[in-house]
Amino acid sequence: MTAGPSIVVIGVGNEYRSDDGVGIVVARRLRERFLTKITVLEESGEGAALIDSWKGATWVMLLDAVRSGAPPGTIHRFDARAAQIPTGFFHYSTHAFSVAEAIELARSLDQLPPHLIVYGIEGENFAAGDGLSRAVEQAVESVVERAATEVREALNV
Amino acid sequence: MKSRTIKVDYLARVEGEGALTVKIKGQQVTDVKLKIFEPPRFFEAFLRGRKFNEAPDITARICGICPIAYQMSACHAVEDACGVKITGPIRDLRRLIYCGEWIESHALHVYLLHAPDFLGYEDAIRMAKDHPDEVKRGLRLKKAGNEIVRLLGGREIHPINVKVGGFYKVPEKREFFALAEELKWARDAALETVRWVATFSFPELDRDYEFVALRHPDEYPFNEGRLVSNKGLDIAVREYDQNFVEEHVSHSNALQSRLKERNSYFVGPQARYNLNFDKLSPVAQEAARSAGLGPVCRNPFQSIIVRSVELVYACDEALRIIENYEMPDAPAVKVEPRVSTGYGCTEAPRGICYHRYRLDDRGVIVDAKIVPPTSQNLKTIEEDLGQFVQSHLVIQKDRLQWQCEQAVRNYDPCISCATHFLKLHLESE
Repeated sequence: MTAGPSIVVIGVGNEYRSDDGVGIVVARRLRERFLTKITVLEESGEGAALIDSWKGATWVMLLDAVRSGAPPGTIHRFDARAAQIPTGFFHYSTHAFSVAEAIELARSLDQLPPHLIVYGIEGENFAAGDGLSRAVEQAVESVVERAATEVREALNV
Repeated sequence: MKSRTIKVDYLARVEGEGALTVKIKGQQVTDVKLKIFEPPRFFEAFLRGRKFNEAPDITARICGICPIAYQMSACHAVEDACGVKITGPIRDLRRLIYCGEWIESHALHVYLLHAPDFLGYEDAIRMAKDHPDEVKRGLRLKKAGNEIVRLLGGREIHPINVKVGGFYKVPEKREFFALAEELKWARDAALETVRWVATFSFPELDRDYEFVALRHPDEYPFNEGRLVSNKGLDIAVREYDQNFVEEHVSHSNALQSRLKERNSYFVGPQARYNLNFDKLSPVAQEAARSAGLGPVCRNPFQSIIVRSVELVYACDEALRIIENYEMPDAPAVKVEPRVSTGYGCTEAPRGICYHRYRLDDRGVIVDAKIVPPTSQNLKTIEEDLGQFVQSHLVIQKDRLQWQCEQAVRNYDPCISCATHFLKLHLESE
């Protein structure tokens, strides 16, 4: 492990639920890019497991598909330490006790990491199946770039 | 005629999303419909043309909460087709990993999804502000289950170490030492959980249920046994299709299961408990008795106690298996495919999970059938709602609505197995 901040990137979703897998896709791209400098995890989005997954980390980024009504491929970014995550926003993760609920439960229990950035990528198709829809596929590159920039900055702190 | 409307647009704290509608006309509940949008047909289609040994890994992706259940049912069905029976330490390790999944799933449901109903909170986030110690206990319990699955499964989400014939690799005995210490804490915490939930107050509901679960001569059921009920069902797993039928109902794209000879049935912790109380370990039986339960518990609102008793059992059983464990010579037995049809049914946290595979001479899956536990409870949930609303028409509407959601959660419906999202509409004319 590195001596610097412990950086954890968590891709959330189910790759057999079409666009629900976009968080996993982005996380894997970041793993290829940063290799052992960061920890990359894949999670189903079940909330209690998420709280465990960031335990001990100083800087955490969550990547998940969302369905808020914005056009498919829209990229949302939240700083979870700065403001509440809108519940309902992440309901199109596979489970109802999901990303937003996990973050708010952790806040209630004082178990949020010092830095927690959340990227939500607006999905279009959440039906069973593999592969991303076109608009979401097109957004992947720019999420990867934006996320990578933030990770680099965190590594240099 | 006076009519009223009860509508719940969104049923939170059910894994997934779907829709439920209850219609009331005058003083009569006229209709209850649980609408589910999608059965696991994609996975059945996806399995066709795949090799027999791919079934556990593919079906594990159906649900992030209970991948082990799908892996276990898939392994048993494929092994049945190939004429292989797993015994000894590998069989024990399968029970152990299943204990882990029950602990994870039950702790999540008891603490984060169902307890808020009984304590009057909208969700666990609000409950955590007033009851942080209980919520932390639930999270740590759940984690103890995760640790079992992680140690044996390779990782806790979509475990990769399970295979047809056994495991890719198995732990040495010493690898269990730290886990055993945590499980001793977990067993005490589970006993505390039983005491805690026993203090809740429970709405009344009692119907003439047919409980269906596995029953094994020597043990509380996980992977093996005959399918039995309190109304005389007693069949081998391979006779499932002759006794149960899945039907499309007009209001739902999902399939609803029923017994051909009778009708709706009830699977899950309460069914297991009622049909297997004598097979629980002494510490679990004692926990049940001290919580005021007899060997049969019929009120589905008390399922939270039964689920907690199963938490005690799963911790206790895991400790027993670890204590007796001797590393096997090989992590798996060799399984050669043959032209055959195999059947598997195991006890997922939410109830029986049935798989059937037909293989050709090269071991390619020609046909697959998967029946998740939630689709088997759908009819029973609808009927519960009908009776519950009918006998509680006098209580305040928002309270009734709340209790209806609670009644659905009695079954811990994992909608991500039966479908992607369940949106609960409780509405009426």
